[in-house]
Amino acid sequence: MLKLEGIHKSFGGAAVLSGVDLFVPAGATHALIGSSGSGKTTLLRVTLGLITPDRGVVQINGETLSPLTPVRWADQIGYVPQDGGLFPHLTARENAVLTARLRGWTDSQQWERTEELRQLVGLDAAVLERYPRELSGGQKQRVAIIRAAFLDPPVFLLDEPMGALDPIVRQALQQEFKDIFKRLHKTVVLVTHDLSEAAYLADQMTLLHEGKVIQTGTYRDFVRNPAAPFVTQFIQANRPLPEVEKV
Amino acid sequence: MTPFIRPLGFLGIFLLPLTVLGSDQVVVGSKIFTESYILGEIAAQVLEENPGVTVDRKLGLGSTGILVESLKSGAIDLYPDYSGTLAEAILKKPKLKTLAQIKRALKPLGLTISGSLGFNDTYALAVKESFAEQYHLKTMSDLRSLPVPVRAAFSYEFMDRADGYQGMVKRYHFQFAPGQVSRMEHSLVYGAIDQNKVDMIEVYSTDANIQKFKLRVLEDDRGYFPAYQAVWVARLSFVKAHPDLWADLRKVENSISADKMVELNSRADLDKISYSQIASGFLGRETTASPGDAGQIWERTKEHLGLVGFSLLFSVLVGIPLGVLAARHRRMGQGILIFSALFQTIPTLALLCFLIPVFGIGLKPALAALCLYSLLPVVLNTYTGIGSIDPKHLENAKAFGLSPWQILCQITLPLASPMILAGVKTATIVSIGTATLAALVGAGGYGALIISGLSLNHIPTILMGAIPAAVMALLAHFLFDLLEFWIVPKGLRKPG
Repeated sequence: MLKLEGIHKSFGGAAVLSGVDLFVPAGATHALIGSSGSGKTTLLRVTLGLITPDRGVVQINGETLSPLTPVRWADQIGYVPQDGGLFPHLTARENAVLTARLRGWTDSQQWERTEELRQLVGLDAAVLERYPRELSGGQKQRVAIIRAAFLDPPVFLLDEPMGALDPIVRQALQQEFKDIFKRLHKTVVLVTHDLSEAAYLADQMTLLHEGKVIQTGTYRDFVRNPAAPFVTQFIQANRPLPEVEKV
Repeated sequence: MTPFIRPLGFLGIFLLPLTVLGSDQVVVGSKIFTESYILGEIAAQVLEENPGVTVDRKLGLGSTGILVESLKSGAIDLYPDYSGTLAEAILKKPKLKTLAQIKRALKPLGLTISGSLGFNDTYALAVKESFAEQYHLKTMSDLRSLPVPVRAAFSYEFMDRADGYQGMVKRYHFQFAPGQVSRMEHSLVYGAIDQNKVDMIEVYSTDANIQKFKLRVLEDDRGYFPAYQAVWVARLSFVKAHPDLWADLRKVENSISADKMVELNSRADLDKISYSQIASGFLGRETTASPGDAGQIWERTKEHLGLVGFSLLFSVLVGIPLGVLAARHRRMGQGILIFSALFQTIPTLALLCFLIPVFGIGLKPALAALCLYSLLPVVLNTYTGIGSIDPKHLENAKAFGLSPWQILCQITLPLASPMILAGVKTATIVSIGTATLAALVGAGGYGALIISGLSLNHIPTILMGAIPAAVMALLAHFLFDLLEFWIVPKGLRKPG
């Protein structure tokens, strides 16, 4: 369970987040959507503990994170950065085990956990010995998920997970990600600007605009009962292309 | 210097290993041209005739400034110089003419001089015989009626001294255009005139090269150039503590005529006889064998490696942390960068001069200068390398719960390692080159060969220093390529 309550943050007098609430029940997949400048990246950074909000609390499974040390905070969240965010100087395996290694896991513990997760995300064993620049976009994402899942955190946070992928790979991977999330059985938050991706992967979604929550609900709610004209505007901007016959 | 040990000198036979520690050590300096080397060597050998006295030769030190600082600070005890130089460059009183006047003026500085060694080595202008014939040049005044602009090359010292170039131009009403006069190291002016790059140079009147390069010395018909009587310059405290040694040195007074000096100079410059052999010959003693070329190169290699190795270690241990600090704290960073860049703007010789009052002469000021010079490439590359890391990597590392120290060691330094290594490589190669100047303060290395070769105008000796230095730089280049393979993470290397 992830709960954000009344998050306020401003930079140099300009409010970026004004009282954002977000509730994701345990085991649910939730999408945080919004165009660039909506404040979703700031909200992501607040959730990760990288910036301190002016007001508001972040809770996971009922525990407030702000008193925690950075290490304990990081233990609560499995973070998958944009494009995977693998460190270029480490192999896929070294990337995957980085946090566990620095927390003192033995080699065999690291090895076992990597193997377990590798099978879960469906990655070829040989790929783990390669460097990030030798990996495809999809492979990078899978390695990043292994890394995020390594310490078995209750919450996953994915930043634009499909952002840099081409449309065909993207579609195939979305299907797989849905399965992976199901198998992981965790609370998952996706940050994305892509409505169709959000609608496909997430149970519920939250639309953020100018630092405020405009609406939270299913895709169906967004279409049927838009809370504000902006919701319709956002949906229409994301509308798929018309079919060829109608052009 | 421990005078009370001298009477115990005879015990030295029984205490052979201790005599090195207990004996009187006198440090003799010289300037960086043939005549000064020879006179320095003569002084050294005169002193060595006294049992129990060992002489540390710091011959071929960079400039008058370095020698005077060394003398004042006690880093050397004495060296040969000229009355005109003392009056002009040290006392800044060009009006002082007689040796007695100069001696009085030196006293407050804690220095003293001997009487004249017997010759006057003054400045003179020289042109090629052929050039003199063509334009009928005999005196310096004749230069004014030259139909073509004369191209001249003068040493830095001659250009800057009030009794050098400027005074000469005034006295003779010369009108040289700025482009007509080049400044260069004195030992290079002969090559310049020999290859017809210039028509006129400044020489010393006892210069063996006058003969060698078939030059004509123009008569100083207006009596401009002052007298440059050769003397010993010593610290007063040395003279007081060792009146006997000083008396021995003064026995050389009036024993070297101008002709004799030209002869000694040409034995070095033209016959390529070693300074120690020339000095022994002059003093009527047996010559001592000098080490062979191979042995000498090996000795110099060890010295050079020591100089470069130490400054390399310093640049890594100090430069990388400073670069990290500069990257982390913006404002302090600017200060650090300016501080390390500052040293690059100081010419090596000047920096060495500044360091002598603090470190004396020899290894210490040379190491200090090399360390300061090698700082900038490492600091700057560390700073730039860290600055060019994609900030999202650092933020991700933080989000994974890495501590600042873990981020530095696991992420920042590995990602910046190609740049940092390139900086260390630059520092090393530059310091291999700069270390050749360490010889100017008596720190040895390949520079010792290059400098004595330059002053002898002996190309093979120059090459004996210059070629190994170049080879060392090349080896360093390849060594760092190998190191790159070990240090830079594979994921950051260029594919293929």
